[in-house]
Amino acid sequence: MAAKPDEMAYYKHSKMLQVDYKPPSRDWMDPSVDFRPGSWIYPAKAKNLKILDLPNPRDWSPTDEDWKLPDNWKEIILEGMAERLEKYRSFRLFMDICVRCGACADKCHFFIGGGDPKNMPVLRAELVRSIYRRHFTTAGKIFGKLAGGRELTIDVIKEWFYYLFQCTECRRCSVFCPYGIDTAEITMIGRELLNLVGCHINWAIEPVANCFMTGNHMGILPHAYKDMADFLAEETEEIIGIDVKGDFNRKGAEILFITPSGDIFGDPGIITFMGYLTLFRYLKDQGLDITWSTYASEGGNFGLFTSHEMIKRLNVKMYAEAKRLKVKWILGGECGHMWRVVNQYMDTMNGPADFLEEPVSPITGTKFENAKSTKMVHITEFTADLIKNNKLKLDPSRNDHVKVTFHDSCNPARAMGLLEEPRYVIKNVCNNFYEMPDNTIREQTFCCGGGAGLGTEEMMEMRLRGGLPRGNAVKYVQEKHDVNRLACICAIDRATLVTVCDYWAPGVQVTGIHELVANALVFDGEKERTTDLRGEPLKGMEGEEE
Amino acid sequence: MRLLFPLLAVAVLILVAFAGATAGLNFLFGVVIPYVAFAIFVFGVVLRVVQWARVPVPFRIPSTCGQEKSFPWIKRNKIDNPSSTGAVVVRMLLEILLFRSLFRNTKAEIHYEPFSPAGPKVTYGSAKWLWLAGLAFHWSFLTIAIRHLRFFTEPIPSFVSLLEYLDGFFQIGVPAIYATDAVILAAVTYLFIRRVIVPQLRYISLPADYFPLFLIFGIVASGVLMRYVTRIDVVGIKELAMGWVTLHPTVPDGIGVMFYVHLFLVSTLFVYFPFSKLMHMGGVFLSPTRNLANNNRAVRHINPWDYPVKIHTYDEYEDDFRDLMKQAGIPVEKE
Repeated sequence: MAAKPDEMAYYKHSKMLQVDYKPPSRDWMDPSVDFRPGSWIYPAKAKNLKILDLPNPRDWSPTDEDWKLPDNWKEIILEGMAERLEKYRSFRLFMDICVRCGACADKCHFFIGGGDPKNMPVLRAELVRSIYRRHFTTAGKIFGKLAGGRELTIDVIKEWFYYLFQCTECRRCSVFCPYGIDTAEITMIGRELLNLVGCHINWAIEPVANCFMTGNHMGILPHAYKDMADFLAEETEEIIGIDVKGDFNRKGAEILFITPSGDIFGDPGIITFMGYLTLFRYLKDQGLDITWSTYASEGGNFGLFTSHEMIKRLNVKMYAEAKRLKVKWILGGECGHMWRVVNQYMDTMNGPADFLEEPVSPITGTKFENAKSTKMVHITEFTADLIKNNKLKLDPSRNDHVKVTFHDSCNPARAMGLLEEPRYVIKNVCNNFYEMPDNTIREQTFCCGGGAGLGTEEMMEMRLRGGLPRGNAVKYVQEKHDVNRLACICAIDRATLVTVCDYWAPGVQVTGIHELVANALVFDGEKERTTDLRGEPLKGMEGEEE
Repeated sequence: MRLLFPLLAVAVLILVAFAGATAGLNFLFGVVIPYVAFAIFVFGVVLRVVQWARVPVPFRIPSTCGQEKSFPWIKRNKIDNPSSTGAVVVRMLLEILLFRSLFRNTKAEIHYEPFSPAGPKVTYGSAKWLWLAGLAFHWSFLTIAIRHLRFFTEPIPSFVSLLEYLDGFFQIGVPAIYATDAVILAAVTYLFIRRVIVPQLRYISLPADYFPLFLIFGIVASGVLMRYVTRIDVVGIKELAMGWVTLHPTVPDGIGVMFYVHLFLVSTLFVYFPFSKLMHMGGVFLSPTRNLANNNRAVRHINPWDYPVKIHTYDEYEDDFRDLMKQAGIPVEKE
C-alpha cells in the first residue's frame, strides 16, 4: 500500500534534499497559500475550544473556502493587535525596527530544510508587520503597498494560520538578530490573534484542554496516572531488582516533582520516567522526601503555544499544588518549553511563591541560589550537584553500549542557558560522549522541527524538513564517531526526534539523560545488571540475559 | 518598482534642490527647511522612543546565548547570559558598538556529495561581510557626523580636529581624502549590491530598504563632490552653520549649488528618520531580548497589567475525580 502524506515513507530523501532556495516570481505580499497535505495541522476541535471558553468553536478545515469566521473578524483582529501593541514592548518594537538585513533568513530550520521564503524569520514577521504598517502607521495608511503595507483580508488570516504554525518558537533567529528581534514573540502574539477568531490547531488546543481538566496534556486521569507510574516502576524492578515505586499527592513531602506527562506515556520518554523513579529511590536512603502530583501532573505547558493567558491558566497548578501539599520547593523534570515557562513566566504570572522555601538539596546541602525566588530547580542541576558532591555511586561502563551526543533543546538553551549541567551529568554517566558541530549546539542549537505544538503526524513533511539541520548534524557524528544515541532534556524531543533520526540518521535512538543516569547508578547490594533500562544487553553481556 | 521608486524619489529630491538653489530660494533651502527638518528629527525621535518606553515589558524574556549563572564550579558566560545589570550594560555596549549578535552570522548551505556515504551535508560557514560592512558603515557615518562639528563650533574642539587628522591620516590627494568617505561609499554600495544580488534579500526588500540607501549615498556623494571636485566656499558654509547654531541665520552668497543638494538630502534624512526603520538606532536600546538580565528564577519580574484568569482549581479537580482517586489509593481532601 502506498504511503500517505502523514507517513515518513511518503517522502523520498532525494526529493526532500533538493531544496530550492530561489524565491518564487510571485510577490510575497500575495497571501494565497497552498494547503498541501503534510504541511498544516488540523484545526482545534469545537469541543476543546468550548472546554476552554475560547471563541468561535466550530467544525472546519483549512482547506475549506469558508473558514466560518465571525462577521466582525477584521475588527476583532485589529483591536487585538492594538491592544497587544500597548501591552508588549517586544511586539511594538519588533513591528517597528527590523531593517530586513536578512541575517536571520537561513537560521530557521524550516527555511533550511524547505526553502519557502515565508519561512525566513524576517518574512514570517513581515506577514504580520505588513498588516501593522497598513493599519497602524500613518505612512502605511496613506501609501499602502509602497510603504510596505498590506490590507488585512481573509486570505491573510489563512496565510498567518499556515505560517505561524510553521514556526516552532525556537528563538534561534533571535540569537543572530542585531536588535534581538525574536520571531517567537511575533508568532506567539500572532497565534493569540488567530485564537480570537477561533483559528488554532488541535495539536495545541487539545492538550491544553486536557491539561486544564485533568492536569496533564495527555488527559490521563489520576488513577490511570498512578497505574502507569506503578507499571513503569514494576518494569524497572524487573531490570534492577529494586522496588522504585513513587507516591502521589502526599502532603508534607519536602519536594514536589513535576515532569511532562509525555514521559509517562510514550517510548522513549517512559524510560526517562523510569530513570527518575530509580534516582529518587536511590536517594531515599540518603533522606530524599519527594512526591508526585496527579493534579500538577504536567510539566509542559502548551499554553505557551496558545496565548499568554493560557500559559497562566495552566501554569497556576504548579504553585497551587505545591502550596496545598505544603512542600518546601519544586523539582522539575526534563522538558524544554516547560523550562521556558518556569524560567521566564511562572514567577511573574503566578508568583510570588512566598509559601515555599529557597531550594536546598537535602542530600548535599547545596543552596540553589539561582532559583531562590521561583523555588524550582531543574533536575539536571539537582543531579549535577549530586555527582559533584560524590553522592551517587556510578558505573559509566554500564552505558558503554551507547555512544552519546547531546541535543540542546531550544528553550533550555536560549531562554535559560542550561548548557553545562546536562553535559556534566552525561560525561559522568557515559564514557562515550561526542558533540555535534559547533553551529548546531548550545545557543545555536536546532529545533527538532516539531516544537510549539507542531509535532503531529499530519505535519510530517514540514517536520522532516525542519528536522533536516538537526538530523544532518546527528548523521555527521553517527558517521564520524559511531554515535547511536541522541540525548536530550525535552519530552517533545523524545517524541519528535525519534522521527527525525529515523528519517535523517537511521539507527540513532533518542534518550533522556536520566535514563543514562539510572543505567549507571549502582545500588548497595544490587543484583548484577545484564541489561539497561530498555532491556537491551549491556556491553559484554550480550546473550546472557536468559 | 520597489527599487525604482526610491531611486526616482532621491533623483527628484536632488532636482528640487538644484532648482531651488538656482532659483535663488537660498533662505528657504538654507535656513527654513534645515531648521524644520532638524526640529522634526529631534521631536520625532524623542516621540518614538517615548512611545516605545511607555509600553510595558510584561515578561523578562532575554535570549540567552551562553551558560547561565549556576553553581560556582560551572563556568558561566557573564556577557551573553547576563545575571546582573552591570553585565547587561556590557552586553548592550557590545551589541551597540560592535554588533555582537550579527558577528555570529553564518551561511547555511547544503552540499551534495554524491559519493559520500553520509549523503548531503548541511554546513554553516562563517559569514562576516554583512557584519563588517554594517560596522564600517555605522562607524564611518558617526565619524563623518562628528567631523562636521567643525562647521558648528568656534573654536573647533580638539577632539574634532584630532578625528579629522586621523581620518585623513594617509595624506592621499589634495585635499587629503578622508578614509571614512571611501569606507562609507564602499559599505553603502556593498549593502545595496547585496540587497539586489542575493535573491532572498531582493525578495524581501521594500522601498523603505532602498530609499535610505540611495538617500545616504546621495548625501555622501554630494559631500564628496563638494570637497574634492566642485570646491565650494567653505568659509561661507561655516558662516551659515554658525548662523544656525547662534540662531542668527544668514545666507552668504555663492556657496554653490552642490551644497544645497547636500543640505536638502540631509534635511530629508532628518525628516524621514523618525518614521522609518532607521529608528533601529533608538530601538536597539530597548529590545527586551537583549537589555534584560536572565535572573528570572532569582528575582521576580512584575507584569504591570497582570490580571486574574479562569483556572481549574484542585477542589474542582478532586470533585471531578474523587472516587477514582480514592479507589486508586491517592489521598484526597474530602473523604
